[in-house]
Amino acid sequence: MRVKVKQMFPPGHVRTPFYLRGKTGEIERELGYFKNPEELAYGLNANKQKLYRVRFSMSEIWGEASEASNDTVDAEIYEHWLEKV
Amino acid sequence: MPHDHNNELSSSGHPYRKDQDYPLTYWQNLEIAVREILIEKNITSETEIQLTIEEMDNRSPSNGAKVIAKAWTDPEYKRRLLIDASAASKELGFDIGPLKLIALENTKNIHNVIVCTLCSCYPRNLLGLPPDWYKQRSYRSRIVKQPRNVLKEFGLNLSEEITVRVHDSTADMRYIVIPLRPPQTESLSEEELTKLITRDSMIGVGVPKSA
Amino acid sequence: MKDKNIKNSYVRWHDMGGRPAGKVELNEHDFELWEKRVDALMVLASSKGYFTVDGLRRVLEDMGEKAFTEMSYYERWMASINQNLVEAGAYSLKELGEKMAEVEARGTTYGECNLQETGKG
Repeated sequence: MRVKVKQMFPPGHVRTPFYLRGKTGEIERELGYFKNPEELAYGLNANKQKLYRVRFSMSEIWGEASEASNDTVDAEIYEHWLEKV
Repeated sequence: MPHDHNNELSSSGHPYRKDQDYPLTYWQNLEIAVREILIEKNITSETEIQLTIEEMDNRSPSNGAKVIAKAWTDPEYKRRLLIDASAASKELGFDIGPLKLIALENTKNIHNVIVCTLCSCYPRNLLGLPPDWYKQRSYRSRIVKQPRNVLKEFGLNLSEEITVRVHDSTADMRYIVIPLRPPQTESLSEEELTKLITRDSMIGVGVPKSA
Repeated sequence: MKDKNIKNSYVRWHDMGGRPAGKVELNEHDFELWEKRVDALMVLASSKGYFTVDGLRRVLEDMGEKAFTEMSYYERWMASINQNLVEAGAYSLKELGEKMAEVEARGTTYGECNLQETGKG
């Protein structure tokens, strides 16, 4: 399933890397539910969020700067950072 | 009383840096103070700290190598390793605790490499502490953009027929690469195979030694 | 729909993926005893519920880029562990300040200032 990483830029402790914001990838696998690091980091009661491994092609992320367009980056992204394409 | 390690080697065979004889730094001052306060308050104890250090010292790439060697020789074990690497490691006596480990299989056409661009997440409970370069800017910045170039700096040249997959440990998963078994190793025992499997091959910046 | 302009100022210093950098330096150092003690402190304090690795990371990130270039890895960890413990109420700054002064007064080297044998084989 194709998903796009939200283009949002809150300050603070988030685990969605800058280089993937706004990029579109494919869900590689679902990982289950994990406590939200954005809440754990501040000592708050953390809610569980669904976590996915998302696969992005190098050409999607870097365009012409990629070494090989079909090489990939897989990253773990929380559901609240993803939107359906 | 000063204690130094002048004549001692660490468990990995390197000499300790002579930190004990150097002037106390601010952060070392903090470390001693925090440790003593926590012990005084019974939050921890000398023994507990000692055991924790020893536990970490006992974790090394040779643990990961045993997992890989078994995966190479036992297809059913490899299947279980690919489904749940934490459970499979535990089968061999390596309890990696709450870490969720994912094993990534290299094939003739796919080469995997791991990184944590945001900090330094690493499968430390199986492989021990990560090397310095893994935690530094150059590796973390460049491996997700120019993996082939970076791998060349490690002496690894990958052909165009191979697809490189970079895995960024951004959340709760940790990764270990199952490197390709070197050719002409069919007659080797599991123990002999472990000697070929390097730390770098399990991170993905190298390949195992040849037979 | 047009993509909005992504302003570089939103990139936090620790978020390093894809940013320009030099060659990988392959030198490795073996861990000093005090560094192993810091690592152990992290494992224990988090397992005992004072804070999580997320809190460790958050404080590390908030220390800013200068800390990354001027402090070593375990120096930053020690600073972060302490910050997290203080926020968790494990001890007061008064207790900490007094203990640090007491430790420093014992001598000039790490060995002289460290009373306990923790971690030695």
